[in-house]
Amino acid sequence: MRAVDALMECLKAEGVDVVFGLPGGANLPTYDAFVTGGIRHILVRHEAGGGHAAEGYARATGKVGVAFATSGPGATNLVTPICDAMMDSTPTVFITGQVRTELLGTDGFQEADTIGITMPVVKHSFMIQHPTEIPRAIHEAFHIARSGRPGPVLVDIPMDLSRAEIDYEPVTDLRLPGYQPKIDGNQKQIRQAAKALAAAQRPVIYAGGGVVNANASAELIEFATSDRFPVTCTLMGLGAFPATVEGAGGREGGREPNPQWLGMLGMHGTRAANYAMDEADLICAVGARFDDRITGKLSEFAPRAKFIHIDVDPAEISKNVPAHIPIVGDAKNVLAKLIIEYRAIGAERERLDAWWSRIEGWKAKYPLSFEDSADAEIKPQYMVKALYEATGGEAIVVSDVGQHQMWAAQYYDFPAPRRWINSGGLGTMGFGLPAAMGAAVGCPEQLVCGLVGDGSVQMNAQELSTCAQNGIPVKIFIMNNGYLGMVRQWQELFWDGKYSHVDMGEFPDFVKLAEAHGVTGMRFADKHTLVEDMKRAIATDGPVLVDVRVTREENTYPMIPAGSAAREMVG
Amino acid sequence: MGEPGTKVPLSLEELEASTNMRTGRKHVLSILVENKSGVLTRIAGLFARRGFNIDTLTVGPTEDTQVSRVTLTVDGALHPIDQVTKQLHKLVNVLKIRDLEPADTVARELALFKVNADGAQRGELMQISEIFRGKVVDVTKRAIILEVTGTTEKIEAFETMVRPFGLIEMMRTGEIAISRGRSET
Repeated sequence: MRAVDALMECLKAEGVDVVFGLPGGANLPTYDAFVTGGIRHILVRHEAGGGHAAEGYARATGKVGVAFATSGPGATNLVTPICDAMMDSTPTVFITGQVRTELLGTDGFQEADTIGITMPVVKHSFMIQHPTEIPRAIHEAFHIARSGRPGPVLVDIPMDLSRAEIDYEPVTDLRLPGYQPKIDGNQKQIRQAAKALAAAQRPVIYAGGGVVNANASAELIEFATSDRFPVTCTLMGLGAFPATVEGAGGREGGREPNPQWLGMLGMHGTRAANYAMDEADLICAVGARFDDRITGKLSEFAPRAKFIHIDVDPAEISKNVPAHIPIVGDAKNVLAKLIIEYRAIGAERERLDAWWSRIEGWKAKYPLSFEDSADAEIKPQYMVKALYEATGGEAIVVSDVGQHQMWAAQYYDFPAPRRWINSGGLGTMGFGLPAAMGAAVGCPEQLVCGLVGDGSVQMNAQELSTCAQNGIPVKIFIMNNGYLGMVRQWQELFWDGKYSHVDMGEFPDFVKLAEAHGVTGMRFADKHTLVEDMKRAIATDGPVLVDVRVTREENTYPMIPAGSAAREMVG
Repeated sequence: MGEPGTKVPLSLEELEASTNMRTGRKHVLSILVENKSGVLTRIAGLFARRGFNIDTLTVGPTEDTQVSRVTLTVDGALHPIDQVTKQLHKLVNVLKIRDLEPADTVARELALFKVNADGAQRGELMQISEIFRGKVVDVTKRAIILEVTGTTEKIEAFETMVRPFGLIEMMRTGEIAISRGRSET
């Protein structure tokens, strides 16, 4: 069997049902194998689109996303998605073609040192040197991508090796002596953490994307509600703890705010969340990494708190903030054990009364709010609330990067994990549309809405054709203010209001752009009909691109200016 | 206070300020790695992108042909060793890391010195070399090559002694280190 046919068998054995990719010279053999390989392939228009689609697929389904590209420019176009997957710990496998082995190192046509270029941004990579290595490399790649702290793994296959004949035998054993992620969590440390939590007067649970990756949302909810722990989530963790719960009237009664939910924390988080972190005496971080957008000025971050830090990646513990009780392990395993230990102590619930009355005070005094327009003008925050209403809060929302991303994070009350997909760590503009496409392919039963910026969406707008050709029914809502809005906001606030190259004008005409791609295009500009208009867009078959005209110069608040302390929140 | 994204310029003190723990001493890391292509690049690249500076680096085979050993020295006054080793552990091809305790470690380095040596100086240089248990490995009319083995400190002391004679070239291997006693490094 050709090595590439073995490759297809390996992918099937790993449960791959779809690959996003683009063929080229160096992966012609691989694409020949697709003809009879029995794996769905979605032809993207740009490798970056394919890479982000694989990410969106992985984030929505929890399975490994896969993207293919050819050598040279095909591979270099994947660098941004690979880096993005690394920063947001997204399980992905990227398989690139490479020039024939005899041409390696000769600056051959479409040759690039893919392994070298991607080395700083992969969890691991394999350079295939012999065709018989391919099956094992593929299985090891999937294992590394999905286990421990998930991440991107790249396999680079020279063209002559991929077309070689090999004796294929399914690989059952992996040989990774240097890779043994610790997932269980040290029992003694967990007991210590339970004791510290039981003694805490002002505890906060700070949960991140690691909870989503570990599918530990149920455990987080059980842990938080085993007492009355206040919970805040990072941008990546939104949905891991539901912002809303079923109301007293059950399903029919609609949903109401989750009383233990503080909202998102960090630069554009709520005051309740940031002030609670500031005054906490114990912070229990779960699958979060104390990013600078969370801590602000590190020396003034949570000055009264001791830290329990639960993370599957030991290198994250005490990297930015020293942990008093470090626990290396998978959030699901550790939280399950922590619940048992904590219940055994039988902590007094009343001890948190004073803390809660302080938090309730902040919640009441500083709710997320904005000044709505008096006329038909659509405020961007209103647009997010309208989307929530039009979707009943039940959509998978995929965003790009910028102001719209922060407003979506603030105002769309995510009721479950894997409903919110965005580029958090790398902040990749152009992520939203292809990632929404990948999510929709992975979850065909669910409504997938893109909430993107007019600047961001143009960075991978070519994928509209992919959506049209494959009937991928994403509903993409552009929050169109004609600006690179977040940059404009920073120029306004911190650079004396001198705008430098942020005005995108009225270009392009998004309705015409949609139509050119074979996608339904719509334009909404009236607040009063927006919810109904959005429902109409959602009810339209196939992919839809909606140009929603919003207030041009609106700022995202509240905000902790970069490098400031939580107390210095403005807006 | 200069902050990211704002127009206030950063002071040098702020740039140097850091929160990570520093041990303040030299660390010798003995790292066992799978003998696969690109492993050294992965290690070197990791150090470069995390801003860690490698003082010396040696790579060589071990008793197991599948495994190589990398011995590198890092300044613990400048870098958080804990973070260095944790990041190294994340490399899939890294099998084992030991941060060797100076007291329980035998460390050696080999150095070659090419020194100006006409007739009058040659004798004196050979005397110094003898004191350091060095070897003369090459002599010509105008120069002498001396070989010295020992700890970094010894080699630096030797360098200080021969430099006044006119040091033409010096080559050092970087340290290799092995733990004392029966247990494996």
